[in-house]
Amino acid sequence: MTRAHLAPRGAALTATAALVLAGCGGDDGDDGGGPKPRLVVSAAASMTEPLTACSRDYLGATVRLSFAGSDELAAQIEQGVKPDVYAAANTKLPDRLHEEGKLGRPVEFATNTLVLAVPKDSPIASVDDLTKSGTKIAVGSESVPIGSYTRETLARLPPGEETAILANVRSNEPDVKGIVGKLTQGAADAGFVYVTDVNATDGELKAIALPSRLEPKVTYAAGVVSGAEQPAEARTYVDGLVHGPCADALESAGFGPAP
Amino acid sequence: MSPARSAWFPVVLALALAVALTFLTLPVVAIFVDSSPRQLIDSLGERGALDALWLSARTTAIALAIILVVGTPAAYLLATRSFRGKALVVTLIELPLVLPPAVAGIALLAAVGPEGILGGAIDAAGIQLSLATAGVVVALTFVASPFYVRQAMAAFASVDRTLLDASRTLGVSEARGLLRVMIPSAMPGLAAGTALAVGRSLGEFGATLMFAGSFQGITQTVPLAIYDRFATDFDSALALSAVLVAVSGAILLAVKLVQGSEALGGVAR
Repeated sequence: MTRAHLAPRGAALTATAALVLAGCGGDDGDDGGGPKPRLVVSAAASMTEPLTACSRDYLGATVRLSFAGSDELAAQIEQGVKPDVYAAANTKLPDRLHEEGKLGRPVEFATNTLVLAVPKDSPIASVDDLTKSGTKIAVGSESVPIGSYTRETLARLPPGEETAILANVRSNEPDVKGIVGKLTQGAADAGFVYVTDVNATDGELKAIALPSRLEPKVTYAAGVVSGAEQPAEARTYVDGLVHGPCADALESAGFGPAP
Repeated sequence: MSPARSAWFPVVLALALAVALTFLTLPVVAIFVDSSPRQLIDSLGERGALDALWLSARTTAIALAIILVVGTPAAYLLATRSFRGKALVVTLIELPLVLPPAVAGIALLAAVGPEGILGGAIDAAGIQLSLATAGVVVALTFVASPFYVRQAMAAFASVDRTLLDASRTLGVSEARGLLRVMIPSAMPGLAAGTALAVGRSLGEFGATLMFAGSFQGITQTVPLAIYDRFATDFDSALALSAVLVAVSGAILLAVKLVQGSEALGGVAR
């Protein structure tokens, strides 16, 4: 995939990004004028539930969360958008931003498990069942971590099986929420998501564990965005993903501890 | 009014226009400034981009055909008759105009998705909408048709009724009157409505993604392809955006040029 083109180019575009940011900050007055600083956190969509829960009563700052595919959030930062914290569903994107000087040193704070997710009454019992023609599969788009983990996993299957499964893919979703939505709405028969996404559906979906030889290593990493408005608070928030209420929330959502 | 008092107001008007124009055109101009023509052409030669353009063209054409065939007589009825609850009917038809795309996506899933209220019947009929090209057409038709119907209603309502009455007294049936008198007379407004529907349809994003999914050549229209490339291939995303801007701009301009100031008024109404 082409990566080299990602450096921000063109003053006009940076100006547009700045306009967008200015627009986001426009409702400061609504915060009641409290003394708490405002912390903007861009986080992978797979952390929506736990981070929303632990950030509601976050001490020290009013936390604004922005959830999307890790790749899109990274692209926003590369285009000049500056949240305070960036938390991704892999280590590759934070490492890349760090190399580009756009993110402080990334901290690995949690792990997750890739699973095969199916509606609760589905007859599908294993990855092998996905080769049957007519099975509708939703996966993450190649650019988003869930999509690259999925392709990494499928590449470990015998070539014929991998091809048959990829031929059944009907949607390349921009983030995990899209995959889960397609499954809960019955549009797709199976999908690859994180075990935490299945837990969050309250039994609507069931997770089928992958054989350990197929399982990819899913490590989450976060960092303080260079030029963040609240660097100190951002640092505290990132540390809190390793130890603290947010780390606890991640753990109870089914995330594994930092490796 | 004294000359001193009236002098400042035109300045305010001009200033407001300048601000509006700058704000609305800067992002569009940036798309072209940020990419070289060479990059544009290279990116558009890529298979996925071509697939997306072709899919958008096809699905928009099918949606438009449905909108014209069903929307024209429906708009004619609403424009020429009054009945109890007409205001409610018009409001319901116009509602998708103001629905956020995400709401449109959820609404389509709830109505005609696999688990939706009509999902079973559609499945029994052997039709697959979600994750299929047909689903894209449904999404486009849903979001774009109010633009046409609304415009067509206004266009039919503004046709001089004596024309239709005269053709009736000459023994021409209402159906023929619609085809021979009403549609030609309302053409500027109908064309403007068509242009708006095409523009909205080409730009549809949220409802398509939620209802139909995103798959190259099947459901990944140009806006979805732009979103897919945003993070990994910004050049290609810019190139596709440039095509959408050019096509939409050309459609709007063509309508204005062909129809003259009449269509301009029609769009604004």
